[in-house]
Order: sequence, then C-alpha cells, then structure tokens
Amino acid sequence: MGFFLETLLGGLMAGMLYSLVALGFVLIFKASGVFNFAQGAMVLFAALAMARFSEWLNASGVGNLWLVNLIAFALAALVMFAVAWLIERLVLRKLVNQEGTTLLMATLGITYFLEGLGQSIFGSDIYKIDIGMPKEPVMAFQNVFEGGILINQEDLIAALIAAVLVAALSVFFQKTSTGRALRAVADDHQAAQSIGIPLNRIWVIVWCVAGVVALVAGMIWGSKLGVQFSLATVALRALPVVILGGLTSVPGAIIGGLIIGVGEKLSEVYLGPYVGGGIEIWFAYVLALLFLLVRPQGLFGEKIIDRV
Amino acid sequence: MSKPIGDVILNVQNISLSFGGVKALADISFDVREHEIRAIIGPNGAGKSSMLNCINGVYTPQQGQIMFRGQTFSHMDSHQVAVMGVARTFQNLALFKGMSVLDNIMTGRNLRMKSNLFLQAIRWGPAEREEMEHRQRVEEIIDFLEIQPYRKTPVGQLPYGLQKRVDLGRALALEPEVLLLDEPMAGMNVEEKQDMCRFILDVNDEFGTTVVLIEHDMGVVMDISDRVVVLDYGKKIGDGTPDEVRNNPEVISAYLGTGH
Repeated sequence: MGFFLETLLGGLMAGMLYSLVALGFVLIFKASGVFNFAQGAMVLFAALAMARFSEWLNASGVGNLWLVNLIAFALAALVMFAVAWLIERLVLRKLVNQEGTTLLMATLGITYFLEGLGQSIFGSDIYKIDIGMPKEPVMAFQNVFEGGILINQEDLIAALIAAVLVAALSVFFQKTSTGRALRAVADDHQAAQSIGIPLNRIWVIVWCVAGVVALVAGMIWGSKLGVQFSLATVALRALPVVILGGLTSVPGAIIGGLIIGVGEKLSEVYLGPYVGGGIEIWFAYVLALLFLLVRPQGLFGEKIIDRV
Repeated sequence: MSKPIGDVILNVQNISLSFGGVKALADISFDVREHEIRAIIGPNGAGKSSMLNCINGVYTPQQGQIMFRGQTFSHMDSHQVAVMGVARTFQNLALFKGMSVLDNIMTGRNLRMKSNLFLQAIRWGPAEREEMEHRQRVEEIIDFLEIQPYRKTPVGQLPYGLQKRVDLGRALALEPEVLLLDEPMAGMNVEEKQDMCRFILDVNDEFGTTVVLIEHDMGVVMDISDRVVVLDYGKKIGDGTPDEVRNNPEVISAYLGTGH
C-alpha cells in the first residue's frame, strides 16, 4: 500500500510539471488559436535566463538567497516579456487572419530560433537554479498504515506554486474584461476586431502570460533536475497532455498532466516487468492516440459541432 | 420618437478595390446621412460585402477615400473604426461560439471598461460597480432582442436565427453611431425576417442609430430603408429612394435580366 501511494504521488508530481508546460500551450491556443510549438523552447529560454541571472547576482555579492531569486525571477520575466513583444511584432502581426497551419509553422521556426538564441546568449552548459527548496523528504501517514510514505518536500512546494498559478489564471480568464477579450480573440479574430478589441495588444498579453508560465515551469524543473537543452523537449512530453485534456481547457491541461504523470509511473512499476520496461517513454503517446480515436476533443475540450 | 434624418455622417468617395484581376468595386461613391437606414443592394457578387469591408477596415481599397464625421481616411483600421463608433454584424456568423450569449454581448462592452485588470480580478470597489453597470446595459440589450431564455447558453448551440440576433446584440453593445449590417436576414424564414426587420427599425427609432444594411432580397429592404444604393458587378447602377430605385431600368435589368 505504502509503495503504491508513493508511486502515485511521484506520478502526480511529475504530472504537475507536464501540466505547467501544457498550460502554456492551452493559454496561447485559447487566446490566439495558435498552436504554439515553441512553448518548450520558451521554458528552456526562461530557465536559462533565470539560471544565468541568479548566477550573476550571486557572483556580484547579493547574499540573500530569497533576494537573489526574486530579482532573477523578475529579470527573467522581463526577458520573456521582451520575447513575447518581439514575437508579436515580428511574426504574429504579419500573419493576422492566416490559416492555423501557417501559424503553427511560424512557431516551429520560433522554436529553433529561441533554442539557438538561448545557446548563444546564455551558453550551452548545464546550469542549476537553487531556489532554496528543502531537499530532505518527510514521512507521512505513519499512523495510518505501517511504514508510512515518503514525500518529497520539494515536490510539495512545487505543487503549491503551481496551484496558486493556476488559480490566478482562471480568475484572470473568467472575471476580467481582458480575460473575456482573450477568449473572444480565441474564437474569432475578425469579430473581435470589429468590436474594437485590439488584437495586437491581446496577443502580447497572452504571450507574456505564457512566458511567465514557462518561467515557473522552467524554474521548478530546473531546480529539480538542472537547466539543460533537453528541457526544450518537454514540449513533446506535454503534447499528449493537451490532446488528453483538450486544447482549450485550463482544467484539462492540469488533469491531463496529472493523469499522464501517474499513468507513466504506475505502468512502469506494475506493467514494466512484464514487457521489459521502458513503458514510461511511450505510455503518454499511446494514451493520447487512444483518446484521438475515442474523444478527439479531449476530456474537457469544446465539443466540435459542425453545421453543414 | 424617431430622430429626423440629419447631415452626411459617412461619405464614401470613388472607392475602387480589386483582387488580382477581379474588380470587386469600381469607383463607388455614396453618402450616408445621420439617423437614416441606408441599404446597399445588388445581386450576388455585386460587391456589397466588399464595400462594407472597406468601410469597416477589413479591406483596404486601392483608390478613393472614406469620410467619417468630417475626417478623411484613405483606409480604415478595424480597431479604430470600432473606437469611432461604428459596429458591424457578419454575413457568415462570426460569434464567439464557446462563450455564452451573455459573455458574447459583454465583449461588446470591452472598449468601455476602464478598470484596472487587478481590481477586476478581485472584483473590488470601482471595478465591481463598473462590471455591474455594463452588465445592466447588456441585460437591456438581451431583453430588447428577446433572447432572455438563452442568456447562459453557449452561442454555438443556438439555432441560426437566434445566433443572428446575438450578433446584432454584440454590435449594439458598443452603442454605435453607425451600425453596419451584412445580410442580417440571409437564410431566415419569413417570420424570422419580420422579427429582424422590427429590431432594425426599433434600433433606428429608439436610439437614432444610423444603419447601413446589405441585402440581396429586394422586398425586405424596400420596406424599411430610407435610401438605397444598387451595385452590380462592382459598379453603382442606382441610388435613391426605394421608389426611384424600383423604377430604374438599369436596376430592373440587373435583377431580372435584359430581354434579347
């Protein structure tokens, strides 16, 4: 029992990171109808920026860990805002009212550009982000069943950060007029323009928000495993998550991420021995494939109604 | 009481627009006066929607200019047009399908909402009051268009005729001075057309909104418009009161074909 729960929790924690990356996808898709392939590259870029800024702050003698991280986070967020602004100015603005495929190809281009740019500005070594998360695990539920379970404190804090972020985002989308404008732009560019919603400003806003989400994901991931180029490929891990959860649903991204995280870990541990292991690598994709067959709009996606 | 027709508010001068070799509009000029209902009619492919899209800033004409309230523009910018008080509806519905009727119409109020984003998020003080005010206006529009029962329904699930009303409602939420309607009655049955006519006349009557209306069905238009422009193959072939237009030989031949 204890072992099962530990595996489950491990899966939830891993899944939460997928959720954060998937959230970036969903935000941009919701607000601009663009499937942003560059989300992974943005995670990497943001994490690299934060890692290098905090390194530089440490070197220049800012002693306090909290202060270092706060400033580094703020600086990295500014970098992401600049990236968002440039993407809107140089790419999206030229492509208003174009096909979704065109926009997807554009973001594919942005992906490789960001990866290259990140490497040349920030260097290609492995960096670490130390946000002072406690590393030692705690025992819990010792009185519930024998042995209790080991919980990683670091994971708990990460989960907390993610939860706060998600709550703030859903309030933003549901309760503010900017959030409403974002949803409007997502549905129909032209109609949104006709009622005076400034498309360009909305796009900058949403890419900024996605940039911050990428930064948070990059920060948590970086503090667990270090910042390296393989981080950009987490985008590929998050793809099945958005298929599962639905491209337009924020809760879908969260729950999809958790399902895939848990599924990966449990199947690896319990099914792995029978098929020789390695399930973790392809599990998510097979699950996504099944979902595409049965429920192509995902768990929480908007139902596709075609008027003929 | 309906307001008397006033001065020229919108003046379209010598507009030409072509797509590659296709001339969609050739040297079109006409004016729209304050508080009137001005129709643009013509057979399919006459360039009616292109004309509207030029006024609305979706297309940029190659030649000509548009004067709006004394200012001259060589092309309009969609966002700017909305800010200046021109709203439009669409021929092929362009609603925010995933959002409720209420939210769709609320988006029309966005331009007028001034509160700080953060205050809106926590629904605090002035932001709360502002949201309530706008919500009030939107409820009035919903009542006016008789779509109360569908307030919370996602627009994508409504039948076509009701979607057309929501489209009109969203445009009305801007409280526009000029309302551009692109075939508001296309694809409707007689009853729905009558309802729509009533809404258009009421808007014009009660709020004094200037209406520019595109339609290819002559019958409806003749009943409700003050003046009519007739386009055919991108050229203007008639302009005047419904009666003048009805008796214009060129218009008759465009609609009925010429005898050989």
